[in-house]
Parts: sequence; structure tokens; C-alpha cells
Amino acid sequence: MSSTATGGPEGCLAQNDWLCGEYLRTRQSELLDATVEHVWITAASVGIALLLALPLAVAARRWRAARGPALGVTTVLYTIPSLAMFALLLPVFGLSAAVVVTGLVLYSLTVLVRNILAGLDAVPAEAREAARGMGYGPGRLLFEVELPLALPALLAGVRIATVTAVSLTTIGAIVGYGGLGNLIYDGMESYFKSQVLTASAICVLLAVAADVLLLWLGRALTPWTRTRSRARKRGTGAGRPKGTKEPRGTQQPPPGTAGTDLVGKAG
Amino acid sequence: MGIFTDVWTWLTTGSHWTENGGVLQRLTEHAYLTGVCLLLSCAIALPLALWLGHVGRGGALAVNLSNAGRAIPTFAVLVLLSMGPLGRHGDWATIVALVLFALPPLLTNAYTGVREADREVVEAARGMGMTGWQLLRQVELPLALPLIMTGIQTAAVQLVATATLAALPGGGGLGRLITAGFGNYDTAQVVAGALLVAVLALLVERALALVERLLDPMRRGPGPRRAAAESGEGDGADGTGGGGPDSGGLTSKTPAPSHSAA
Repeated sequence: MSSTATGGPEGCLAQNDWLCGEYLRTRQSELLDATVEHVWITAASVGIALLLALPLAVAARRWRAARGPALGVTTVLYTIPSLAMFALLLPVFGLSAAVVVTGLVLYSLTVLVRNILAGLDAVPAEAREAARGMGYGPGRLLFEVELPLALPALLAGVRIATVTAVSLTTIGAIVGYGGLGNLIYDGMESYFKSQVLTASAICVLLAVAADVLLLWLGRALTPWTRTRSRARKRGTGAGRPKGTKEPRGTQQPPPGTAGTDLVGKAG
Repeated sequence: MGIFTDVWTWLTTGSHWTENGGVLQRLTEHAYLTGVCLLLSCAIALPLALWLGHVGRGGALAVNLSNAGRAIPTFAVLVLLSMGPLGRHGDWATIVALVLFALPPLLTNAYTGVREADREVVEAARGMGMTGWQLLRQVELPLALPLIMTGIQTAAVQLVATATLAALPGGGGLGRLITAGFGNYDTAQVVAGALLVAVLALLVERALALVERLLDPMRRGPGPRRAAAESGEGDGADGTGGGGPDSGGLTSKTPAPSHSAA
């Protein structure tokens, strides 16, 4: 154990305490830089993954033959441990942030493709039939009926992918692009307790903040789920003219059907 | 594309396997860590989850644990534990960290499995006068078995991955090949180590998927409709269509992709 024994008036940094206000004060800019790097690596990864996952999921849905391979490949990718994934990408990109971002994109892709597919699968056949009967072409059907109905599942996927990416970014420290993971790694090598603990805590806070933020974003993007529950609270839910009763298949009562309302609006 | 030949040369050099700190030693460490921690975490999680599921309590805990497990960086926990008082006791810091991250999938899946055992069947069993213990053993446990196995599979894959990370704070396992390769600027060794880790993870995943298929009472036995016909024709070939959509650490959260959609 290092300098714990001194016990002098040198402050918590010299004593290598776990909790240290002095560390927070003196290394503010270092912590901020690491946090910024952490956030952009995570955001870039999930953003790119989302851009790739949408067409992939739609393709896997349209062509049934593509479905098995798409799910199989993503499962294999998801099974590869993160350290191995980054190490395998090393010869492709060298020591760069691209190693970390690409690895995280591959992981996020798995979650997103699965969730979007599940969301698209859960679109009620009646909704699709109704839209088709109203003259919707395949493109309009996808963008105005199917994707909006799959949105809650998609957003759930984005939340899982983001929280996972925040935590996995730390492993990027192995190539020097791990955001807060760099601080954890350096703190580990120099046995700097408060640096490890502070960086770890910020990392968890980031994950929680991202989760809550995306939850809010999801609520804002799917207002129909809220109006329904509010209407029910006021007791006027029974007076809906469209008259489809409560969903038959769903087990959990509170969220209500995203489905029927939206189709009503789209029409 | 020289890297491929370099990696191949590294992997086919005998001394890299047999030397002190070579592949065989690291593989043994990895298997030992993974195995011990899987047993430990099953021993902790499964009885607890089965009991909670049986009495119907702690559902929020079971779900939130998974979410919390996702938000907490494995690397941070490994480093924190190895720098703490546990770090002085050999492998214990690593073992505790590994078990901590294997618990959530085990707890969540086993709990969900028992809770989602068909309520009508459970009611019927109770009506037949089964005691709580009989109910758990003869009805709920068999019905929950597929999900329990999914949990074990997820936990095992998680353990292989976490055991790899244990190399960063100086633990054993195959991850050491990767970190040592980084230390020596030996890209061939980094990639070779990574390949071995990836293959091990995939093998563990596939092996447990196979065990899962063999153990699943619903698939092995004759279909529920034809329960009377006991002849050996019904060795469920119906398990082929799924392609194992329920593997790889993605527990519930979304409805499982159904096969029925047009």
C-alpha cells in the first residue's frame, strides 16, 4: 500500500484517499475532457448504429431469407467480448477512436436490429390492412404506419444500446480512446484511488442520465401513449368513438395500445 | 494483409501454447475462473430467484438489477475491487466482480420464468392439493427451465467476457495474451489472443444452447395436445425454426419476435 501511512497534513491527494475534493478541484479540466470524449464516442456509436439498423431491420422484415442471417450474425457479434472485439479491430484501424466506435456500433447494431424487428413484427395486421385499404403504398405504409408503431420498441432498443455503450466505452482505454476509461486505466496503473473512483462514478452517472434523457425523449416522441393513460385517469377513456376495446394480447394494462390511436390519426 | 500470416504464425508456434504464461496456462485460468464463478453465481441466484418467483415478490428488484448491471462498467468494478482491501487476497477481487456481473441475468431470467409459468397450470396443481414445495419442484421449475437455461447461457457468456477483462488489473485468463500483446506492440499476439477469446465465447454460447435444447421438457416431450400418445414419434423437431432468437444477453424488454407475422 502506498502513501496511506503518512497521515500528515498533506491533504487527501497525498494520502491517496478514495474520496477527495481536492482531486475534483485540481483535475477539473482533465475530468471534463474525458467526459466529453466519453459522450461523443457513445453518441457517435449509437447514432451510426441507428442509421445502419433501420434499413437492415426493414430489409430483414421484407425479405424473410435475410432474417435468419441478420439475427445470426448480430448474435455472434454480440457474443464476442469487448476487449477481444477492440483487439480484433486494431489491425484494421490502428490505435484510433475508430476502433472503439466501430466495436460499439457492432454491439449497438445487434440490440437495435432485434428491437426494431420485434417492433415491426408487433404492428397489428389490422393496422396494416387498414392502411393498405386506404391506398397507402409500401413506402408510406412503412414511414407513416409501421415505423411509428414500432417506435416504442425502437426507443427501448436505443436506451439499452446507449447505456451499454457508455459502460463499454471504458474498455476503449486499451487503445487510448476510452473517455473516462482512460482515467480509470491510468489511475489503476499509478494506484490513484480517487481518480479511479471519481471516473467510475461519473461513468455510472452518465449512463443513468442518458437513460433518463432517452426516456423523456421517448415520451415526447410517442405522445399518444400518454394521452391514452391520462384520458383513462380522468375516467373518460370509455368514450372513445373508435370503439376497439382494450388490446387482447397485451399483458400489461397501463401503456395501452400505441396502435389503434395512431392509425386513427394517420387516416 | 501480412497480419493474417503473422497471426497464423503466432498461433502455430508451439512455444506460444506451452510456455509459462502461454495459451494453455491462460486457457486453464480462464476456464477455471469462468467455471467457479458460474457455479457460485448459480448457487446464489437460482434458489433466491426461484423462491422470489414462487412467492411472487421482488419483481422490481429482478428487473432493475439487469438494468443496473448494464449501467455499471465492468472494468471500473474490476479495478475498484482490485485496488480495495479484496485486492490483497489473490483472485478474490476478480471472482467477486465476475459473480456480481453474472447474477443479474440469472436472477432476472429465473424469476421471470417462474412468474410466467402458466397460471392456469399452477392453479390446477394447487387444486390437486400440491404443497408449495411440490408446486415449485414439479410444476414451476420445469416450466421455468427454458428461461433458467437462457439465464445460465447469458451469464456464462458474460463471465467469459468479464474474465477477459480481469487481465487489465493483472488477473489471469486469456485476456493476458491481449494485454501482453499491447504491452509489447505485438499486434499478431493481440489479434491471436482476441481470436481465442472470441472462439471460446462462441463455443460456450453454442454448447449451452445445445444443453438448453436437450433439457427443454416442452421440446423433448410430445406436444401438450397429444400427451396421451406416448409413442416415441414426438421428439420435437419443431425447435428448428427459431434459430435461437433468445440468446446473447438480450433479456426481455421487448416482445420476443414471433414467428406468426405475415
